[in-house]
Amino acid sequence: MMNKFKDIIKKIVINIPNILLKPFRNINFLASIFAILSGILVGFLIMLIVNPPYAGGGLMTILFGGLDKGLSGIGDVLIFAGPLLLAGLSVGFAFKTGLFNIGVSGQMAFGAFLAIFVGVKWTFLGDYQWVVAVLAAILGGALWGLIPGLLKGLFNVHEVVSTIMMNWIAVYGAFVAYKAANLVGGTTQNAQKVTSTGALPSWGLDSLFNSHNIDIGIILAVVAAIIIHIVLNKTTFGYELKAVGLNKDSAKYAGINSKRNIILSMVIAGALSGLAAATLYLNVTGATYKIETYPIEQGFEGIAVALLAYSGPLPIIASSIFFAWLKVGGDQLSGWGYDPNIIGVIVSAIVYFSALSFVFRKVVKKIFKKQFGGEIV
Amino acid sequence: MEYIIEMLNITKKFPGIIANDNVTLQLKQGEILALLGENGAGKSTLMSVLFGLYKAEEGIIKVNGKEVKIESPNDANNLSIGMVHQHFKLVHNFTVAENIVLGIEDTKYGFVKMEDAIKRILELSDRYKLKIDPYAKIEDITVGMQQRVEILKMLYRHTEILIFDEPTAVLTPQEIDELMKIMKNFIKEGKSIILITHKLNEIKEVADRCSVLRKGKYIGTVDVKDTTPEQLAEMMVGRKISFVIDKPEQKLGNIILEVNNLTVLSNYTHKPLIKNTSFKVRQGEILCIAGIEGNGQTSLVEAITGLNPIHEGQILLNGEDITYQSIRKKTLAGIGHIPEDRHKHGLILDFSLAENLVLQSYFKSDFQANGFLKFNAIDEHGKKLIKKFDIRSGQGVKTPARSMSGGNQQKAIVAREFDRNPDLMIAVTPTRGLDAGAIEYIHKQLIELRNQGKAVLLISLELDEVLNVADRIMVIYEGELVAEVDPKTTTENELGLFMSGSKRGILS
Repeated sequence: MMNKFKDIIKKIVINIPNILLKPFRNINFLASIFAILSGILVGFLIMLIVNPPYAGGGLMTILFGGLDKGLSGIGDVLIFAGPLLLAGLSVGFAFKTGLFNIGVSGQMAFGAFLAIFVGVKWTFLGDYQWVVAVLAAILGGALWGLIPGLLKGLFNVHEVVSTIMMNWIAVYGAFVAYKAANLVGGTTQNAQKVTSTGALPSWGLDSLFNSHNIDIGIILAVVAAIIIHIVLNKTTFGYELKAVGLNKDSAKYAGINSKRNIILSMVIAGALSGLAAATLYLNVTGATYKIETYPIEQGFEGIAVALLAYSGPLPIIASSIFFAWLKVGGDQLSGWGYDPNIIGVIVSAIVYFSALSFVFRKVVKKIFKKQFGGEIV
Repeated sequence: MEYIIEMLNITKKFPGIIANDNVTLQLKQGEILALLGENGAGKSTLMSVLFGLYKAEEGIIKVNGKEVKIESPNDANNLSIGMVHQHFKLVHNFTVAENIVLGIEDTKYGFVKMEDAIKRILELSDRYKLKIDPYAKIEDITVGMQQRVEILKMLYRHTEILIFDEPTAVLTPQEIDELMKIMKNFIKEGKSIILITHKLNEIKEVADRCSVLRKGKYIGTVDVKDTTPEQLAEMMVGRKISFVIDKPEQKLGNIILEVNNLTVLSNYTHKPLIKNTSFKVRQGEILCIAGIEGNGQTSLVEAITGLNPIHEGQILLNGEDITYQSIRKKTLAGIGHIPEDRHKHGLILDFSLAENLVLQSYFKSDFQANGFLKFNAIDEHGKKLIKKFDIRSGQGVKTPARSMSGGNQQKAIVAREFDRNPDLMIAVTPTRGLDAGAIEYIHKQLIELRNQGKAVLLISLELDEVLNVADRIMVIYEGELVAEVDPKTTTENELGLFMSGSKRGILS
């Protein structure tokens, strides 16, 4: 009896390294790690060229993110991560179904407009104001995704072209819309802030992370990622979506209605973008929607987030937190006399190296074979 | 005896599978050595090792008795080894001569100089009776001619050892005869040939010796003239194979499929692909549409299955008009479809085998509940079919379809379509690229369906298959059904004439 028990314990203990090492046997994971390290190396080299003595300190600041500020620093990371996660999820989900959604930015913008409208004006909703505002954001994003979805599904208009156009319609439409709806804040180019009941609640996260800016945005984002993971991998709907994405012809052969799936896929991607806007702008003291001639940058950072995570909904959680981590660290770079925009260079370099991942895959496979003598998948 | 090429004790592993397990292959100077094996037996892998595309874990290669290292196709070329691939590697809008000299063209002041090259090409073409026009464009010549261009490419590069990878898969019976003659000419000139094939009659006709692989293992080498096709087949499959198909008389039942005045126009050129075509398939019969590739077979099948819209006409299944119904409805109404292109239509290559095996049934209550897939049931279903249809794969039901061999991919499709038990089975070149064992199996299955009183519409390019399996043959030529014949009374010759459009028959 005792021996049996010992055996089981032994087995578990022996397997612990295997379980922990599992991701390291995954080629995508390793390639992403290589891309990240190379990107950070590029950032370090730039700092080394600009101002050599402080490069080491700068690098540490980037790597430690907000850690030196303690829990509130981690809170800052999570605040940044929420919208990035959802933007990445929007791109990743569409990509898994064979669509390249460049229009996250525009979808976010229209979602933001409806959310801010509800969050500012519909105070009569009381404690439910933020809930309706979130739903409005989702609806707005979904509508903005529906249009390219219809164009693609019915007329085979390429979604890259139509989503980019939708971005610019959103950007310039905002000038008209916010004025007409009387939502421009004061004399600035900013939209008005939502009321306290229109803002996302924090459900105790504020005291946990000792930060009054944090809200449930990150929770909404993680829940969305889990739901998308389940939809894609466990449901018949996900099976159809992936079938259409991987091979449109066989999906057709199998009797799957690819038009319907393309349209639905864009609507869901848009809805996720809308939710991203909600987590970004539904607050009293945090980020503010700016009525200006640029698309929302998080919409494009979402592409990087999804790319690094190979579009997997759960890996996107990790990659968005990682990018947010870099951002928080980067904001403190000025302490060493560096421009925080170095982070932008690092992120771009990581994207670049991810795109070159096939080179890494080869290198990684070779190294792995030499070091461990095993194959990796 | 002198060997020109020796591959000794070659072992090549892939994740989950040993493609070549201690395989030895020896080619004599001036002989045709057939390399026989089922799909996935390791023939292509072995040749890829010889050609420098893969590196073997163990074993050595000797050329003319000297050990050599072949690390890339260039090394192989330098050793005078050349390969005619199954899928030709030609530039379609270049001329024959341009394709042949590509990569080693003569230049003068930076301009390409073709005169000498064309002279040499004509010389070679004459010597081996290839009848090639060096000025013709690739896109204008037949598949058989394109293959000769590939052969000339090797001759032009002074290749001494020629590897043919299933060269007859794309040829008509007449073209196959010509190719056999060409191969014999090469041997007369002292060249040596490795012929990869699973067609036993071809081996009997041209090969001197035959090496057999089975499941990655080397089975043996035999002299072809002392061996019967039955013995070869047994070596290849590991059990006895029957060539004569036992086909009991079957009483015809109701009309299952009725096609009336079907016309299909091309989406781009609006030229007719199928012209005013009518036919019927009844319960308990196998109707075979025979024809040379590209005469409208694809359009006909796509019209019936709904993959492409039709222009005019009517399609009835069990008496019900299904002309404009969705593919899903047609599938559920009882149409099984083994598609022509298994990669384009038949499989989702990045899905697992189990997922592919429920491609048209994932939505049924067996495999889903409340929109959630029942993975256990899907896996069990996959395991059942793997066992029943002997589908071989590295990681069982979890194997990505992409990593399976072509033959096993086809078996997976066949398994899926038979398992759905349709009233009408549309089988489009179902045995293409398969080995004798698998072909026998699929033919038996088709006949079994017919015996159960189902209808089978078989589209085939292989005359053997047409004559052996069909109860009734219709010949398609340029989008029209030009003849209807009885397989018991017709001959290969007559069929060949109908198929090439030189003769028209009577349609009932």
